[in-house]
Amino acid sequence: MEKYIWLILLLPLVGFFINGLGREKLSKQAIAFIASGLVLGSFILSILVFLEVPSGKDAQPLIFDAFYIFNLETLKVPFSVQIDALTSLFMLIITGVGFLIHVYSAGYMAEDKGFGRFFSYLNLFIFSMLLLVMGSNFLMMFFGWELVGLCSYLLIGFWYKKRDYVDAAKKAFVMNRIGDIGFLLAMFWIWKEFGTLQYTEVFAAVSTGQLTAFAVGGITLLLFLAATGKSAQIPLFTWLPDAMAGPTPVSALIHAATMVTAGIFMITRCNELFELASYTREIIAWVGILTALVTATIAIRQNDIKKVLAYSTVSQLGLMFAALGMGAYVAAVFHVLTHAFFKALLFLGAGSVIHGMDGEQDMTKMGGLKEKMPTTHITMLIACLAIAGIPPLSGFFSKDEMLLSMFLGNKVIYIIGFIVSVLTAFYMFRLYFMTFGGELREKEAKVHESPKVMTVPLIVLAILSATAGFIGIPAAFAKNAHKLNDFLAGVVSESGEAHAISLTTEFLLMGALLGSVIVVILLAKKMYTGKVDATSTGLMKVFENKWYVDEIYNALIVKPTVGIGNGFKKYVEKGGIVKAVAGVGTMSYYFSSKAKSVQTGNIGMYVLLMVIGVVAGLGIFFLGIL
Amino acid sequence: MIPISYYLFLALTLFTLGMVGVMIRRNIIIMLMCVELMLNSVNLLLVAFSKMHHAKNPGTDAGIDGQMMVLFIMVVAAAEVAVGLSIMILFYRKQYNVDVRNLNRLKH
Repeated sequence: MEKYIWLILLLPLVGFFINGLGREKLSKQAIAFIASGLVLGSFILSILVFLEVPSGKDAQPLIFDAFYIFNLETLKVPFSVQIDALTSLFMLIITGVGFLIHVYSAGYMAEDKGFGRFFSYLNLFIFSMLLLVMGSNFLMMFFGWELVGLCSYLLIGFWYKKRDYVDAAKKAFVMNRIGDIGFLLAMFWIWKEFGTLQYTEVFAAVSTGQLTAFAVGGITLLLFLAATGKSAQIPLFTWLPDAMAGPTPVSALIHAATMVTAGIFMITRCNELFELASYTREIIAWVGILTALVTATIAIRQNDIKKVLAYSTVSQLGLMFAALGMGAYVAAVFHVLTHAFFKALLFLGAGSVIHGMDGEQDMTKMGGLKEKMPTTHITMLIACLAIAGIPPLSGFFSKDEMLLSMFLGNKVIYIIGFIVSVLTAFYMFRLYFMTFGGELREKEAKVHESPKVMTVPLIVLAILSATAGFIGIPAAFAKNAHKLNDFLAGVVSESGEAHAISLTTEFLLMGALLGSVIVVILLAKKMYTGKVDATSTGLMKVFENKWYVDEIYNALIVKPTVGIGNGFKKYVEKGGIVKAVAGVGTMSYYFSSKAKSVQTGNIGMYVLLMVIGVVAGLGIFFLGIL
Repeated sequence: MIPISYYLFLALTLFTLGMVGVMIRRNIIIMLMCVELMLNSVNLLLVAFSKMHHAKNPGTDAGIDGQMMVLFIMVVAAAEVAVGLSIMILFYRKQYNVDVRNLNRLKH
């Protein structure tokens, strides 16, 4: 494995440099071929890693060192990768879904001028995310963490000529930076407590129980702050819906394969730390479930097809965090996996719809696309069924496992999670029926099915969305069929209480959820086939306006900050600094104009002054005059 | 042997003459000559003291450094005069006089 492990990281980076430098020279085919080919290479190597990686209960991570980033007496941080079951799983998701998105982008971006730039950014994105998951210490993860933020900034603001898009990119960057501060501080704290940043060493030290409750709580809370930034949770979630400004494949990449899963990955990676911090997990669970609820309610009243999906992502991430808070790490990772498939599919499908409608994103203008875009329609239907949690598609298994963990942990959170799942089914099928059902509302639009290069990734993702659930069949259906649980057992300290529940109760829960989901799907069919929302009132208006969160942030944070900035500009910058600097210049000019009259150009005068000086000097020296 | 104070007074007189000359005269040639006068008054002092030291310690090389210094000063003075005179010739070609009051043109 050590022969090619570095290639996995290097290939996308090479692609970034080739496409970045050759973006003007290379043809579009060459760029797409290089970018996708290199990611495919990484994907194939990741499969090899996946086949070889030690998994199971007593698996030890493999660590490959390259060189030292810091080699000091008090701090030794190697540039090294750590390969274990969790990492290899994420590598597969990132490179696999990433590859499909690359292929799709070749079709989607075919007309764009910034084709080479786009693909070089995509490759950099894949590289950053791989760095994030493969690093063997917190510093390496931090590098990836920052690079991912940078890439999202570059890609969200890809069409940088539109002011709104650039603002969205800046918003994403700033929000992420707030979270990054948490990561940075957590890293310092970890170093202070343990004197090392290597995962293996830190977690070995954690398990000896030498850490005070205060330190555990502080570190985990700071790490969770970082996760709320990257994975878009309350209070830092507003950047993700705005990130829709980027090209649709970017949304798919950010929402499915990379970026937002970083928070889940990080907490799962540090699960031994979080296991000790029960308060923090309580907070994580509540923040997650509230995010899920708030964004799910927003999603049911959005008319922009990508906005619905964006809020859906935030909502699903909220569920994952709630599961993490319950200590159900495997369930959360399972949902990351299945979510990566069906959310990538949904976004790419939405992209295909947008492409077919020539850039139209408003669902109120769509409808009746069923016949006109058959492949997109079928794959989107599969994705909607998967995310809604209809068995035997993948979303059912992962969501069921998360909800079960909530049921065992906290009944209130479970009920909210139940509501969120039902809302999920509702808004997804609202989207489905508004887009594909009924008649086309915009009569003039010339709808066309997307080219093969775009539909083939859709089909592949549809197959994965449909089948990925079978790696985690719950014990209620078949004994020891939960492959993922066994696979991750060495990484995650899963508590065995997950099965401390009678089969009757478990089937009851599943049945209740399934029944409600089917009811709301039928409701959505009735409400939105060929129809759109009437003007909203009351609570619905609050949902449509996203709970006014952006407005609240504007009033509470942005406006005062800008106000303070303007005040400083007016009184400190212009009134103080500028005047002081100019004053120095004016003052020296004034004094020099006085002093230069001494220089008469009369040599006799100079000599006389010099003699007076010398005499005075000698006088002081010898006689002590003055 | 002539006492050292004779040399001192002579050197002082020469130096003062040179200094006052530089201060009050306007003719560059005269001023250069006055500078030479000052330099040479110092040379005279150096030689005088050198002789005095040598007379106190006969048979040694005491005082030799003073006379060496004089040689250096004479070389530097010759170079200085060469440069000064050439500047003055150029100046004369432009101005048709050697009045130092016309040398402050750069100021304006």
